Amino acid sequence: MEIDWAALGSVLGVSLTVTVGLVALFTLGIMGLSRRERALAQGDSVTLAVTGAYVCFAGCAAAVAYGINLIMTKT
Amino acid sequence: MENFSLILAIVVVTALAFDFTNGFHDTANAMATTISTGALKPKVAVAMSAALNLAGAFLSVEVANTISKGLVDETGIRPEVIFAALVGAILWNLATWLVGLPSSSSHALMGGLIGATIASAGTGAVHGDALVTKVLIPALAAPIVAGVAAMLATRLSYTLGKKADGKAAEKGYRVGQIASAGLVSLAHGTNDAQKTMGIITLALVAGGAVAPDSDPPTWVILSAGLAIALGTYIGGWRIIRTMGKGLTELEPQQGFAAQTSAATAILASSHLGFSLSTTHVVSGSVMGAGLGRKGGVVRWSTATRMLVAWCLTLPAAALVGALAESVTDLGDWGTAVVAVFLIASSAAIWKLSRREVVDASNVNEAEEPAGVVTTAIAAVTPPPSGTVTEDLTATIPAPATIPAPATTAEPATPPAAVRVPRTR
Repeated sequence: MEIDWAALGSVLGVSLTVTVGLVALFTLGIMGLSRRERALAQGDSVTLAVTGAYVCFAGCAAAVAYGINLIMTKT
Repeated sequence: MENFSLILAIVVVTALAFDFTNGFHDTANAMATTISTGALKPKVAVAMSAALNLAGAFLSVEVANTISKGLVDETGIRPEVIFAALVGAILWNLATWLVGLPSSSSHALMGGLIGATIASAGTGAVHGDALVTKVLIPALAAPIVAGVAAMLATRLSYTLGKKADGKAAEKGYRVGQIASAGLVSLAHGTNDAQKTMGIITLALVAGGAVAPDSDPPTWVILSAGLAIALGTYIGGWRIIRTMGKGLTELEPQQGFAAQTSAATAILASSHLGFSLSTTHVVSGSVMGAGLGRKGGVVRWSTATRMLVAWCLTLPAAALVGALAESVTDLGDWGTAVVAVFLIASSAAIWKLSRREVVDASNVNEAEEPAGVVTTAIAAVTPPPSGTVTEDLTATIPAPATIPAPATTAEPATPPAAVRVPRTR
């Protein structure tokens, strides 16, 4: 009986990194959006916040697309 | 399909029934957090999950017969063995649903297969090594991996997102949660519907209706996908309640972190060849998300009960599978007795569940249901180890004496009870 520590370790590593990374990215995007809300209320410029938010969300969307790709190509 | 015997037909129908229980047992995995945080209305959530499960069933036709391959010797498999295994798995799924505990459907299926194989071909036909590396280690690892990830992610999200508030933030977390829950549903469809397809194909091969090494026929893919989708749509509301409200109170941010970590862990593990059970992953991530918020509380009593159920899943399903197999061994009438027993117990469990109805309307009420549930739990909780067998004979066969066809159901238990010591 051999336990595949390498596989176990890589699952842990990948899950941790990707989850934390994705959640961080997404939270940044959310922050951008809520900054836009505040800025709009005060009549300030919103370009930077909105661009940043959309970049973040694009990253998340790419991750989801990659996930669907993984599901489809799984053998 | 010329030589499509009666037993094959029974196996196919039972496999689809298992697929159905699998669907409604596991709706909670994808949708419990989405429902409890209010990101989606309960009915909408299960409908979406059902659609994605169906889609997932068609996404990849490459069926991995992981359940049977490696764990038991395929040579000893007859359709009756598969039937007995499915009986064990279905009954365990229904029993855990009745008490509202999430447990792994794959473990139930594997347990049923192991038990039925032991009863049919002896202990030699089960590979103990594979059991440890494929079942026990992943079961331990899954909640830890997903839990740690969800906890860190939740913590980070609360620290980073301190300034994120207002309508935009709320809507954002909702969308994020729905996306990750959808991913979990899709992955579940590919994994679990495929398992049933694999089982049906295995039975067809064993019964000689299909050539070995052939892909599952289209009608198998279609019916398995539909069965799991239908089960998902009906929704295991009891389990959803436990998962979404019973373990911990979740805010949208936590729900998002939990669901993201679950989706990631499931995809990462299946991609890296170290498959984790969806149920274990999601339970772990929900607990992790609960721990990650300041002031968040995890109800350890619920967690402990879940853990006990996980430990019991394999042996309990194995025991029922073994009993069922020894009865089907007695001949065609034995198979009929098992079939009647399965239908009668399922009906009895459903009847019991009507005493305390949980559905879309009250799924988010946090209070712990009393009555049936507490008594059933009291029967399950005390011995966390060892006395599994006594426990099970106390809980599972009991319903058989309640329903109407007492004359037919009654003989099912005695011969089984007599045969057990011999088959071991």
